[in-house]
Amino acid sequence: MNTIILYSLILLFLPLAAFAINILVGKRLPRKGDWVSLSAILISFSFALSMFAYMLFIRYDPDFSVEWRWLWIDLGDFVIELGILVDNLTIMMLLVVTLVSSLIHIYSISYMKDDPRYNRYFAYLSLFSFSMLIIVLSNNLFGLYIGWELVGISSYLLIGFWFEKDSASDAGKKAFITNRVGDFGFFIGVLLFFTAVGSFNYGDIIAGVDAGAMSDGLFTAAGIALFMGAVGKSAQVPLHIWLPDAMEGPTPVSALIHAATMVAAGVYMVGRIYPLFSPGALLFIAYVGAITAFVTATIAVVRKDIKRVLAYSTVSQLGFMILALGVGGYVSGLWHLTTHAFFKALLFLGAGSVIHAAHTNDMFRMGGFKKKMPVTFWTFLIATLAISGVPGFSGFFSKDAILASALEFSFAHPGHIMLFILPLIAAGLTAFYMFRALFLTFYGEPQDKEIYSHIHESPGSMTIPMVILATITILITFDQWRGFEYLPLVGEYAGWFQHLIHEPAAIFTGAAAMAESVVGHGASEETAHTIAMWLSIFVAGVGILLAYLFYLKKSLSAEKVSKSLSSIYTLLRNKYYFDEFYGATVIRGVLGLSKASAKFDDTVIDGAVNGTATITIWLSKASRWFDDHIVDGAVNGTATVTTFFGTRLRRLQTGTVENYVSFLVVGILVFFIFQAIF
Amino acid sequence: MQNHLLSALTFVPVLGMFAILFIPRDKSYVIKVVAAVTTGIQLWLAVQMYIAFDTTTSAMQFVEHYAWIPAFNIEYFMGIDGLSAPMVLLTALLSFICIFASWNIEKAVKGYFALFLLLDAGMMGVFVSIDFFLFYIFWEVVLLPMYFLIGIWGGPRREYASIKFFLYTLFGSVLILLAMLALYFYNDPHTFNMLTLMETTYDYNFQKWVFLALFIGFAIKVPIFPFHTWLPDAHVEAPTAVSVILAGVLLKMGIYGILRINFPVLPDATLWFAVPLGVLGVINIIYGALCALAQTDLKKLVAYSSISHMGFCLLGMAALTSAGMNGAVLQMFNHGTISAMLFLLVGVIYDRAHIRDVNGFGGLAVRMPIYGGMVALAFFAGLGLPGFSGFISEALTLIGGFGAEHSSSTFRWLTGLAVMGIVLNAAYFLWAYQKIFLGKLNEKWAGLSEINGRELFTIVPLAIITIILGFYPMPILGMMSETMNGIIEMVKSGAITALQ
Repeated sequence: MNTIILYSLILLFLPLAAFAINILVGKRLPRKGDWVSLSAILISFSFALSMFAYMLFIRYDPDFSVEWRWLWIDLGDFVIELGILVDNLTIMMLLVVTLVSSLIHIYSISYMKDDPRYNRYFAYLSLFSFSMLIIVLSNNLFGLYIGWELVGISSYLLIGFWFEKDSASDAGKKAFITNRVGDFGFFIGVLLFFTAVGSFNYGDIIAGVDAGAMSDGLFTAAGIALFMGAVGKSAQVPLHIWLPDAMEGPTPVSALIHAATMVAAGVYMVGRIYPLFSPGALLFIAYVGAITAFVTATIAVVRKDIKRVLAYSTVSQLGFMILALGVGGYVSGLWHLTTHAFFKALLFLGAGSVIHAAHTNDMFRMGGFKKKMPVTFWTFLIATLAISGVPGFSGFFSKDAILASALEFSFAHPGHIMLFILPLIAAGLTAFYMFRALFLTFYGEPQDKEIYSHIHESPGSMTIPMVILATITILITFDQWRGFEYLPLVGEYAGWFQHLIHEPAAIFTGAAAMAESVVGHGASEETAHTIAMWLSIFVAGVGILLAYLFYLKKSLSAEKVSKSLSSIYTLLRNKYYFDEFYGATVIRGVLGLSKASAKFDDTVIDGAVNGTATITIWLSKASRWFDDHIVDGAVNGTATVTTFFGTRLRRLQTGTVENYVSFLVVGILVFFIFQAIF
Repeated sequence: MQNHLLSALTFVPVLGMFAILFIPRDKSYVIKVVAAVTTGIQLWLAVQMYIAFDTTTSAMQFVEHYAWIPAFNIEYFMGIDGLSAPMVLLTALLSFICIFASWNIEKAVKGYFALFLLLDAGMMGVFVSIDFFLFYIFWEVVLLPMYFLIGIWGGPRREYASIKFFLYTLFGSVLILLAMLALYFYNDPHTFNMLTLMETTYDYNFQKWVFLALFIGFAIKVPIFPFHTWLPDAHVEAPTAVSVILAGVLLKMGIYGILRINFPVLPDATLWFAVPLGVLGVINIIYGALCALAQTDLKKLVAYSSISHMGFCLLGMAALTSAGMNGAVLQMFNHGTISAMLFLLVGVIYDRAHIRDVNGFGGLAVRMPIYGGMVALAFFAGLGLPGFSGFISEALTLIGGFGAEHSSSTFRWLTGLAVMGIVLNAAYFLWAYQKIFLGKLNEKWAGLSEINGRELFTIVPLAIITIILGFYPMPILGMMSETMNGIIEMVKSGAITALQ
């Protein structure tokens, strides 16, 4: 077996083993077994790191790819193969997942200290890591679906970890069920592709569809159905509602699952099976992404809870990635996925550090934390600069690339200019709400003296992961800095990400034509990049400036603005009433239907059964009556009649010969009279 | 070569029953041990069968073939193939486990265990009989002990439930009897031998009528909508172990009958009825799930979930594809283990709290973490989570349903609807779990004791099987695939001959 595959299998199954150990005996192990999960993920990480090093320093080959297939189910006419596909994209994602996961494990040791279910927490983290790695490594849709569902359940367990709180257990349930709604589409998509091609394997499906196994319409429909899964998992509008609620989970969980990895799974999936999306499907994807990026950014602006700001920000950034993939910006979307994973995890860990100290999520009760929590502040600042798209930081490069792709697409298809406008506004909003959060939390006067008096910087096991993430946030796009290519030794790695990750060949003439029309404008690509860059710097600047004026200098009053725009403000505060809408329609509908079904079952169907019984009983009573009175009556009647005549006739039996002789004479007389008359 | 493994499997419980009848009534411990040993031997025999089973053929194995009532050509004919072998295994396993789940029975111990063993023998007999007459006798044998087990050891409405169960199934039996006699007299020479019955080509209209009669008879057992309302009542009233047997084995007898007799004997009618069967399957899935969502009695909820889960079997069968048929039988096996776990776990809480109302609890996960964990595991298995066996069988039936070659577009829509059932399944299981285990601890139940060793002993083996088959289902799938593909072949080729 190939070494790469062997490494992949080991790094995949170690976390599963850790889960099994911790869930069964974790409580009795020293330190409640946290080291089991931690060492499992660290070993997995070291394997991923060595694969990354191999990819970067030894192969440096854009077309590197290894596949391993395993016959899992064999029914003669029908087989399911599972397997592993490792290429540059896989390795990149493996590194992100295991690295962020390792850091979160370390961070959690302090954060979750004293929790009564400490061992279960680490068991669940391991289960999550395992599930996520299945998604990353799978070479087929069936395996992907398995990982997909397992990620869902680990997320359920972790969101609802503090299940004594009703809000937490509600949120876990909501997350799982909302995801399943998306999975409904996903599974239909899987079925459509499988039925057409006869295999779940990515390569086989791509080859099969390329050979004309599906009609154009079906191909587009199947792609959109698959994408429904991504809408659920990556929390895109209209299935985004679960992610903000998922913030009820412990903050490290939010950082790992609901910022860096699980929610990225949808984006990764789209990237992984990119050729399976027809131009029509891609356009659909682009619009979902653009709308999500914009809508959720507006919601983030009015949140008071620091974690909710980050949650909506995550949804919005995922929208950017989805948009990028939709408009053909394959590399930029996946690049943003990578950079975002680190700075968003960092933001959450920073928020976790603050919450850990202040015991509140409400930013309006914070303020001035900068002095007392310097490490948290500086790392949070770096991440904020990155996500806001300040030049030089990682988020700037990747987001800029997305906007450029969108603009290029709009050049080619002017009718779809909104695909550029919406994310551009969203980028400005991002800078605004992130700096708003930064200012409210760390700057200004402490809003709550009581809280301020007891806050403190978090311990090393929490700050060290933050520092590491901050370092990565800066360094990951170091190669994009001007002059990097002239550096000795490392210079040749300028643009390494773009070198290693490249768009797979489209299988569809239509898709190819569209890609052509985008890429074909060689000149417009340059123009688009330049325009997009300056516009994005401009909107980020405006966003930061406004945040400064509103929340630091206070020369503008947020209250006044919200009053003057009260209808919009209310709409945003209520998150566009998505939850209320679903509550009134889908949930009420299903519950109503379920009540109706149960009632139908009790009254109509069971009623029919019991009715049959009643009728049978009634019939049997009737026949008993009939039996008693008519049939038996007839029998008894016969007897009565017989008795009646018997007793009467008995009197004739007198035993006297004279009587008999007289009867005889009378009889003969009657006989002859009859004879004479008739 | 004839050995007597199947007779032994069937009649060992009968021997155990007679042994129990000779034990004095007050020696209840001895009675339980005898029952445990009897079912233990049966399980051991079933494992021997599993080891010796040849997975490369669809022919009958372990055949025992003797003349019995020659005047009517009735034979003592037993044998198993890939369809019945998993059911034999399941029956032996659940019977053994249920003896331990019945350990708390105090009322009329002797009668309970004697009847239980008789029930066990009847179920086993159904799965190993190849002679229709023999099959029918065992089918009826099952009925009586079940009636008494619910009617005597059941809950408050036990009499209503047991009579409903008895009359309903008896009604079905009558239809099966009529169909059996019709088939018997159609053939010349008259025969009850199922293998011979399969070789005959029947008149199309005759097939339809016989199919319907058999189908209704079997559908009542499955149960298939709208013949299902005896099930929730029977489950609610039945003692835990009897519920386990009811859901785990008895329901399977219905589908087994359809697959064993309807499909291969009446191929044209099978194709004729494929779409209605698929529709009924989807109704079972969706309607069962919707009804489950409305229940507050936990046992009733699980009962309706059974109806929903059996729907997947019907959809898979109706599609007549390899994935669908194998998935259906795998689903039978998996539902056997998973629903057994569910009912055992409901029994655990009912024994302690004496209520089953979902709203009456709250926060139990804090008080009973192991129990909470086991229920979570069983619920996750029930809602079709990957890593548990139910996921694979449900996925197979859906894949099979979607790929149906006859009426393919109808089946695509049906399967699409069925996939929606998966969302609903998640909804009611998670809802029930939240109500019982999550949130603040309801102080009323602060004194509840954790699940004990005996109870864990009944549940853990099932959990392990569920997980192993969830990762690698071939140990069961491998047994059946030859046979199931053979049945598909029989239906398709049989139907073609008839149409010519």
